[in-house]
Amino acid sequence: MSPIKFLTRTRNGRSLDWTDWMSYAYLTVGLFLMFGPVLWLVASSFKTEAALTEFPPSLLPYGQKAVAVPGEEKPKPVYRVKLPDGTTKELPEVRRIGLVATHVDPAKPEEFIRVNVNDREPVREFRLATENYTDLAGKLKFGTYLWNSVFITVVATLLTLLFNSMAAFALSKYKFAGRKGVFLLILSTLMVPPAIVLVPNFLVISELGLLNSLWGVIWPAVATPTGVFLLRQYMLTIPDELLEAARMDHASEWKIYWRIVLPLAAPALAVLAIFSVMWRWNDFLWPLIVLSKNEHFTLQLALNAFQGDLVTQWNYLLAMTVITLLPVTIVFAFLQKYITQGIASAGVK
Amino acid sequence: MKFKLSGVCAALAAGVTVLAAAQVGAQELRVQCYSDGNECEVTGDIAKRFEAANAGVKIVIDKVPYKAVVEQLPVQLAAGEGPDIARVTDLGGLNKYYLDLTPHLGAARAKYWQDNFASTLDWFRANAADKGIYGLMSQLTVTGAFVNKTLFEQAKVPMPPATATWDDWMAAAKKVADATKTPFAAAMDRSGHRFAPLAVAYGARIFDDKGAPVVDAGYQTAVKKFVDWHKNGLMPKEVWGGVGGSQYRDAFEEFANGRIVMYYSGSWQVKRMDTQVTKAFDWAVAPAPCGPAACTAMPGGAAFVGLKRTKQPALVAKFLDFLATDANYKELMARTENIPAHLGVAKAGVTYNVSPGAKAALNSFVADVAKIAKPNYQLQGYRFNRAVFLPTAQRLGQAVAGEMSADDAIKRLTADIAEQVAAASK
Amino acid sequence: MKSSTARTPWFFLTPNLVIFGVFTFLPIAINLYYAFTGGVQLYPKDRPFVGTENLATLLDCGSYLDPASCKKDIFWRAVWNTAQFSLFQVTVMVLFSLITALVLNRKIIGRGFWRGVYFYPVLLSPVVVALIWKWILQREGVLNAVGVAVGVPQTLWLAEPGWAMFWVIFVSIWAHMGFYTLILLAGLQAIPADLYEAAQMDRASPWRTLTRVTLPLLLPNLLVVLVLAAIKAVQTFDEVFVLTGGGPGSATTFVVQFIYQTGFQEQVRLYGLAAAGSLLLAVALIALTLLQLKISRAEEAGERAR
Repeated sequence: MSPIKFLTRTRNGRSLDWTDWMSYAYLTVGLFLMFGPVLWLVASSFKTEAALTEFPPSLLPYGQKAVAVPGEEKPKPVYRVKLPDGTTKELPEVRRIGLVATHVDPAKPEEFIRVNVNDREPVREFRLATENYTDLAGKLKFGTYLWNSVFITVVATLLTLLFNSMAAFALSKYKFAGRKGVFLLILSTLMVPPAIVLVPNFLVISELGLLNSLWGVIWPAVATPTGVFLLRQYMLTIPDELLEAARMDHASEWKIYWRIVLPLAAPALAVLAIFSVMWRWNDFLWPLIVLSKNEHFTLQLALNAFQGDLVTQWNYLLAMTVITLLPVTIVFAFLQKYITQGIASAGVK
Repeated sequence: MKFKLSGVCAALAAGVTVLAAAQVGAQELRVQCYSDGNECEVTGDIAKRFEAANAGVKIVIDKVPYKAVVEQLPVQLAAGEGPDIARVTDLGGLNKYYLDLTPHLGAARAKYWQDNFASTLDWFRANAADKGIYGLMSQLTVTGAFVNKTLFEQAKVPMPPATATWDDWMAAAKKVADATKTPFAAAMDRSGHRFAPLAVAYGARIFDDKGAPVVDAGYQTAVKKFVDWHKNGLMPKEVWGGVGGSQYRDAFEEFANGRIVMYYSGSWQVKRMDTQVTKAFDWAVAPAPCGPAACTAMPGGAAFVGLKRTKQPALVAKFLDFLATDANYKELMARTENIPAHLGVAKAGVTYNVSPGAKAALNSFVADVAKIAKPNYQLQGYRFNRAVFLPTAQRLGQAVAGEMSADDAIKRLTADIAEQVAAASK
Repeated sequence: MKSSTARTPWFFLTPNLVIFGVFTFLPIAINLYYAFTGGVQLYPKDRPFVGTENLATLLDCGSYLDPASCKKDIFWRAVWNTAQFSLFQVTVMVLFSLITALVLNRKIIGRGFWRGVYFYPVLLSPVVVALIWKWILQREGVLNAVGVAVGVPQTLWLAEPGWAMFWVIFVSIWAHMGFYTLILLAGLQAIPADLYEAAQMDRASPWRTLTRVTLPLLLPNLLVVLVLAAIKAVQTFDEVFVLTGGGPGSATTFVVQFIYQTGFQEQVRLYGLAAAGSLLLAVALIALTLLQLKISRAEEAGERAR
């Protein structure tokens, strides 16, 4: 078998026709479009604040080379300098006033070389500005923020799964007066974007004394219409005979829910879990209003603390964004098969 | 299971509450702080010394996004919540939540404050009858123009003198831009606050005889000029026209990349200029541009204010007073590279550990402080100044983007300001 | 299914309903009350009742088609921007989701991987999505750098009204299409294989198979996707807000942003006006959903009759 034939072999043994080539081309463009922007963000987060404002931007993080000069505290930037005798040499700059820069050869630090700034150019080298990340550790209490984010995400997701599945169970497995009404009422809340009830919601939370408490972020989030809808649709496909059989065995209704329906609804629960984790992890606007003390901050709030009134510190903002992306991306990379399959199977039924 | 879980929840919630209660017992002050650079860190360092001098006191600095200060803090305060001290920019608007420090400072210290912060104490007050001391200006800012000196030198155009008007500056910058193939002559941060000096230079008085804000003839002249500069390609329209609503947008990147000759912003940019621009080209701060009415700039800044809801008003006053002492205030200014609002410290001078260029720039801004015209001071001290600033950014932005004419923008602006002021006084 | 008049179903419903009641319906009720009150006070009891004044302010227009003739011109610009955005975003996104789902439904190598590729952006927060694209589309961004390299002049992608709307739609599709693709893919995989075999035996062309077998059977899924996508599109806020701030001018200001700005960003916060805006938004959303449900019923009936 020729290598080309081998590579273009398909599952059913046919070789690729033009529609297959089109499909792969389409998918490859998609790959580039979907991941490229995120990779660019990651690459940018390793650039220095000055390199971030450059145009055209360099693909990889380059920074100006700097070397230690005897008698100077900080490393000094290196330039390729055209010397009066016509030769060029890489020399660190010690001072610059107006159009004249003073350079020095670290080997002969007592000798100053003065040049016009137009007769030199910066020497650049590949350098990851890891200080964008390491500085953050000193500025932020990472452990606290991570714990808060994880606590909110995990607890809210568990409560969401529990409450939504109970409601879905009632709506899919019992006939009772008002069933349709309740279902429609829950669904109708899909119509309310959270941004428009911020102020009334704040009032409620404040009256309940939940301000500045992680529970103020958790409780309002746990009754999701999407969750109830998704789980109900899935539970409708679970045969009623199974429940009837259990009732014959005198199982309590709670046991039927807990032991029979919940395990069978696992794929749909998995999907809801993923969505809930994603929503809570990414939440910004609502935690910003509820939480105002450092020890309660989530990662998303800390990330935005680099947006000042007059100045946004982009290098930190980008680094922080990458950090908040990491957990979601890692979870996704490991679970992506289950995640996508789960959504697919939950939607089918 | 459900009952178990909710039991756990209740226990956890109770635990959190107990913890919070315990902390309050230990004389804790919460300071909500946003920063443009290292302001919160420096304040934190000074707070450590305060803690050392006052056993049992704990100062917690909560560093928040600026968005929290503008959007969340006012709602929190209205609901009787919030920190003990906050770093704010809406100085007059939040007046009704402020704690008057006067009784806690004692006569001698109160006089110290009145003497040293004479020019800014008014900004926090509700009206002329109000004599309270509410907060500490942690930085004074002055608006002003940065120019790309290297481009001026390349174009061999002389720098306009201190008496030059906005028109003179625009003409000179245009000449430089044409000669050096720079895309635009000038840019201004997208903010009604930055626009105000231009308006006052061209005769705006901002307030009518009754003290209500008006879009007067001077303001209108400035609006028309400003829109024309964009139409004629002197200013890049993406700065004011590029974003929507009343969103802030600066033009620092345009300046740092040599795309504009002159950049109207303010003293807070000196640090960034020094670290990011100096190696690319020479820059300088121009003296406050003039108009027929005045050569003026706009003052501004952020302040730490004590909040009435605090349970330890005496401690709040004590800490703010600690920040206000000559030595500490001087340290705050030197390390954050800001202009002092403290007259004593300003007179004695602050030693900034920066390059000669940055030092010259800061000095130039300090010199501009004396030129600030009365309407600019009044506007800064006006309780509802954001009701002027925000619609200005929104409507001028629309005019610059070509969505409406300058005349329509003026009409809408007038209506917007009137609506806000009327609602506020209801 | 158990016929039960007992309390059992309510026992299961209670936790969810209590939370809904306190954190969803109560705020909505307060908001509704806000809509008919004036002033700047936060607590409903402090706010003077003004009747329909807020609604009247919003609806005060020379012609609804010309925002410049309205008292609240930004609101009406936002209304028409939202309508335009929703129309294009939903149509194009559902189309591309369908194409992608059809491609993924073919016998391709590494289907799981490709499925993941399109789904990944769905996991990102709106703020991050907007930051990523803002970073790419700004004047000094990478798109312009590539453009300049191939001879396209630097373009202000987010400062030209037409382009800004284009990119807002593009980014929103980028961020959300993975979700809808998966739902449609699930629908495709549920279509019994023997139907395709039958079509093959009849020597039906691929196009005919698509229009006569695949699409009709996918219709229920397509309708769900359409309804969901439309509701979400009308509610679009955070990603656009961070990306363009609603600009240039007000070219990408949407209704939810107007409400947010009025109630939360101004120095003088007009909660009443903001709430009145959300009331109008709710009415529009309900009308939209009912309309779509009606169309879907009619179409389903038509399908059966055929």
